[in-house]
Amino acid sequence: MALKMVKGSIDRMFDKNLQDLVRGIRNHKEDEAKYISQCIDEIKQELKQDNIAVKANAVCKLTYLQMLGYDISWAAFNIIEVMSASKFTFKRIGYLAASQCFHEGTDVIMLTTNQIRKDLSSPNQYDTGVALTGLSCFVTPDLARDLANDIMTLMSHTKPYIRKKAVLIMYKVFLKYPESLRPAFPRLKEKLEDPDPGVQSAAVNVICELARRNPKNYLSLAPLFFKLMTSSTNNWVLIKIIKLFGALTPLEPRLGKKLIEPLTNLIHSTSAMSLLYECVNTVIPILKSPVLARNNTVFLYVEKLYFVFFPPTVKYLGLLAMSKILKTHPKSVQSHKDLILQCLDDKDESIRLRALDLLYGMVSKKNLMEIVKKLMIHVDKAEGTTYRDELLTKIIDICSQSNYQYITNFEWYISILVELTRLEGTRHGHLIAAQMLDVAIRVKAIRKFAVSQMAMLLDNAHLIASNTQRNGICEVLYAAAWICGEFSDHLEESNQTLEAMLRPKVTTLPGHIQAVYVQNMVKLYASILQQKEQAGEKEAAQEITQLMIDRLPQFVQSADLEVQERASCILQLIKYIQKLQIKEVPVAEEVIALFAGELNPVAPKAQKKVPVPEGLDLDAWINEPPSDSESEDEKPRTIFHDEEQRHSRHRQPEIDEEELARRREVRKQEQANNPFYIKSSPSPQKQYQDTPGVEHIPVVQIDLSVPLKVPGMPMSDQYVKLEEERRHKQKLEKDKKKKKQKKEKKGKHRRHNSLHTESDEDIAPAQHVDIITEEMPENALPSDEDDKDPNDPYKALDIDLDKPLADSEKLPVQRHRNAENLKSPDTEAPLVGKKSKKPKKKEKKHKEKEREKEKKKEREKKVTEEGKKVVCVLSATYDIQGNLQNDSQVTVSVIFENKSTSFLKSMELNVLDSLNAKMLRPEGSSVHDGIPVPFQLPPGISNEAQFVFTLQSIVMAQKLKGTLSFIVKNDNGSTHEKLDFKLHFSCASYLITTPCYSDAFAKLLESGDLHMSSIKVDGISISFQHLLAKICFYHHFSVVERVDSCASMYSRSIQGHHVCLLVKKGENSVSVDGKCNDSTLLSNLLDEMKETLSKC
Amino acid sequence: MPHPRCGPEDTPEQAWPDFPEELPDLPPSPGREKPPWWDVPEAGPMNQMQFMLLFSRQGKLRLQKWYVPLSDKEKKKITRELVQTVLARKPKMCSFLEWRDLKIVYKRYASLYFCCAIEDQDNELITLEIIHRYVELLDKYFGSVCELDIIFNFEKAYFILDEFLLGGEVQETSKKNVLKAIEQADLLQEEAETPRSVLEEIGLT
Repeated sequence: MALKMVKGSIDRMFDKNLQDLVRGIRNHKEDEAKYISQCIDEIKQELKQDNIAVKANAVCKLTYLQMLGYDISWAAFNIIEVMSASKFTFKRIGYLAASQCFHEGTDVIMLTTNQIRKDLSSPNQYDTGVALTGLSCFVTPDLARDLANDIMTLMSHTKPYIRKKAVLIMYKVFLKYPESLRPAFPRLKEKLEDPDPGVQSAAVNVICELARRNPKNYLSLAPLFFKLMTSSTNNWVLIKIIKLFGALTPLEPRLGKKLIEPLTNLIHSTSAMSLLYECVNTVIPILKSPVLARNNTVFLYVEKLYFVFFPPTVKYLGLLAMSKILKTHPKSVQSHKDLILQCLDDKDESIRLRALDLLYGMVSKKNLMEIVKKLMIHVDKAEGTTYRDELLTKIIDICSQSNYQYITNFEWYISILVELTRLEGTRHGHLIAAQMLDVAIRVKAIRKFAVSQMAMLLDNAHLIASNTQRNGICEVLYAAAWICGEFSDHLEESNQTLEAMLRPKVTTLPGHIQAVYVQNMVKLYASILQQKEQAGEKEAAQEITQLMIDRLPQFVQSADLEVQERASCILQLIKYIQKLQIKEVPVAEEVIALFAGELNPVAPKAQKKVPVPEGLDLDAWINEPPSDSESEDEKPRTIFHDEEQRHSRHRQPEIDEEELARRREVRKQEQANNPFYIKSSPSPQKQYQDTPGVEHIPVVQIDLSVPLKVPGMPMSDQYVKLEEERRHKQKLEKDKKKKKQKKEKKGKHRRHNSLHTESDEDIAPAQHVDIITEEMPENALPSDEDDKDPNDPYKALDIDLDKPLADSEKLPVQRHRNAENLKSPDTEAPLVGKKSKKPKKKEKKHKEKEREKEKKKEREKKVTEEGKKVVCVLSATYDIQGNLQNDSQVTVSVIFENKSTSFLKSMELNVLDSLNAKMLRPEGSSVHDGIPVPFQLPPGISNEAQFVFTLQSIVMAQKLKGTLSFIVKNDNGSTHEKLDFKLHFSCASYLITTPCYSDAFAKLLESGDLHMSSIKVDGISISFQHLLAKICFYHHFSVVERVDSCASMYSRSIQGHHVCLLVKKGENSVSVDGKCNDSTLLSNLLDEMKETLSKC
Repeated sequence: MPHPRCGPEDTPEQAWPDFPEELPDLPPSPGREKPPWWDVPEAGPMNQMQFMLLFSRQGKLRLQKWYVPLSDKEKKKITRELVQTVLARKPKMCSFLEWRDLKIVYKRYASLYFCCAIEDQDNELITLEIIHRYVELLDKYFGSVCELDIIFNFEKAYFILDEFLLGGEVQETSKKNVLKAIEQADLLQEEAETPRSVLEEIGLT
């Protein structure tokens, strides 16, 4: 034994330590890989020894090799051995190695749980510290669950050194094991007021990070943080707090006002750039206080930013901050337009890209042309295709943003696009092509111009397609060919264009473009044919046919299947046409009919946005699956039975022809009234000529003989000039009008009259512009859910923290040190505080039950907004249905309708439970929790949500008070709103219409254990029939028997009470005798009925 | 507050020994089998910092600390790409760049680049300050730190970083406290080491 030890230690003296290894590697530059593999072999030997010092040395060397890129995962177990060494020296190395190479997939990690726990409770604070540090790097959900309680205890350790580490690592634990957040939060909050500044700042850090992800749960902490912000002098902490307020202010507008003063002080007093930057960055954009705007403070910030940050290394940040300010204070940034344009010349690409981003947000109708012109200059100057491509996409983005909102002259835009085709070697040909198509399809007034430009492109196709380097750009020919074909009516020199399309050179283009060529030359051909026939030029018509027949074979020989197929098909067609032409049969009408009709744009997500109609279950069988049983005789019966059931169930979605026709009519009506729709006319193409405004289009003479590269001034520049003139004219006219107005309104001096600024709205577009909104199916829901990432790791931390802790919410505490924690995590997973699961399953049942309109109440929330306009935001209608399956539950269906123009979200319904009636809440939530409404409401949309209530006794009517809280989100930000309401559960809502036969009814009356009561109502004028219908509808009864002016009725409560009525009509009165198992229920029911009847 | 020896003004050739050769251990440049966005790191749990890398002007990695769990392969790929991108930049360019969906903040001290990745919303300037603070700490601890100090005592450099940052968050804002903690831990280490002479271990005492 002693000998072995001696041997081990002597070996150790000759072992390489880390320094030797590093030196060795540097001395073996030529054969480093070989040297290292030698070292790894040595390390493997060392790891086999018992001496922990040798092992630690080996692990240390491995850690170094890991950094060089070598895989050391094979040594994971040895690392754990070193971690569990008792000496701090080794433990430290072990944990370092673990933190560098362990990750969630490391399987041996679960072996460390107990070792880490032991270290955490070590009397030596550095042992604990090193364990916490290591854990922060490789904490897994299992480790988090098992160690959460230990770490939480450490948050109250006597040493601040441990406390601050424990506090920080708690954030990692929360992320991995969200259930720990609620139990640990009170202690975390305590740490905000820890005497040690380090611990305090750690707590601020953690809470700020939590709050930034789910701000609404942390609103209640705002006062505390406000205090901290005004008292703290630590910039690191201040930055965090300001970040936190940045997340909170959108939810609580009042905070903004409070923050202005301390923030302004900070901005003026601080010398720390990072703090100043943070202030501007996070808080300013969301503060939309009029105070700020008036003081021009924001403007000041921008100035300060620009001049402070001017050194090139941080210029970038100035631009970044500006882009944030831009969203709320565009004016203050727009004045720096020239500076920003200068940045496009910067040699640093990140600055140039930032500046481009900024320009994107700065454009308005007024400056679009100017900015794009500058960008076009940069496109010409730009070196390197990547940046030039970036410029190109930005130009297109800028112009096409928000549905071409800023373009006043589409001719200009088309010429910009055409100019962009001169770019050599761009990858974005398809982008330009897509824009050309989009504009030509959606802006009808521009088609004529677009077609002429496209014809020119086709004519000069050799310039675009000749160069192999320009491959990307030839995509524009795709668009050009399609536009010329589809809108061939507008083509002036059709023959020439057709010939251009038939050139042999075309066959060198990519297949998909050729295919479009082939298809569209037929369209073109058809329209030429029609022209010629109408003009009676038979010769010319035959000539053009002959031309097609001569040239088409070159496409028939194409290697591309699509081209070949289309070409041969069309060739045959044209040969047939030729035959007819020879017989002097007019064919043009028939040929043109091939391409009749118009293509309408449809939004890409249209299909997805059609809501599933109510009652339609997409997963349900349409036909019952063939049953396994072979018995033939039973089958017909079941099918028949099922069919009947299904019929009654799915009646709603089935819409008959009439209904369809009616809806279509309604939609047409809507479209006709919608200024963005212009396709209500039967043949819009022909009507186009009459469209007002077309005459005013300044048609530029295009000399087709000149090549694309126009020497001197580019085409688009002419538009800039034209536009300026036009605007000037408009302005003059407007001034004239204003003067007139002034004369009329003499004496009335209005402030805005003297303000002589040309706002965006003043600029009228050059053409009559119709952007056809993309077609959306009826009832399409604007879904913003599309973009939500279900895997967001922070979602799990969206937990209400103000709610008192339930008993079940405790961190799991490991009591025995045994093999248990090696079990699979699922068996141990504690059931705590699961909040987000929705109890929707239960309600499904109810749908199958009879539903009856019970009671309608409408409440409208009136919110006073700025300007003291009374705006109706939300209305809710509800009805209550009893539940047959469960004798103590009713379902309340609430239809929410958004009547405002804002977006409503985060709706939460809460009801103050009474002793008797309680809202059914998800497991684990307390009585103070609301139930989230499972949808959001875009403006004008309504939707239905169901809530289940449990009732003890149903013999009395109930009223429950409740609140609906929701967030109103519009352009100005979002505000919290509340709507108070009362739910009225009448006794009738507990009744379920149940048919009853007269003999059963008679037996029931005879049984004698029913209580009796009666009412009489005078002054009834409606017919008896009508009256019975009312009772049936409002009170859920069914008629058992009716004899003259006397009727017996029956109903049953959800708890099985029988209710029998005898209704008799006199001259002007009605008497109702009732019998029921429960006298209270009966008298309440009769009271309700009395109220209904007295209204008749 | 320019750093005494680590200021960027130093000519690296004089202050630091050179290691001219390329990294041999990293696999050859990536194939085109995956689109570039394939393994973009997900938004990490800690927003403050995703990772910190130290590398030399020659592209040799000197220190790496990851605050997001990533596989070794991804780490290597990110490191390689980033080192190339940063080294390609000219000296007067700004210290920030957008890379994938992260923001990279880097600063060069003599021949060493200190490079951090942060998320979109984070404060670049405070990250720059963190880098500077770390350099100051290294300098205080080693006494005029140079690249060789970090190479030969890389574990110490990690220990210092771990006392300064935890999980990507600043743990201790006071330089004094960080150094005190490191000194005491070192003391503990030395105490543990001193009695263990070779002879003692052989059992000859």
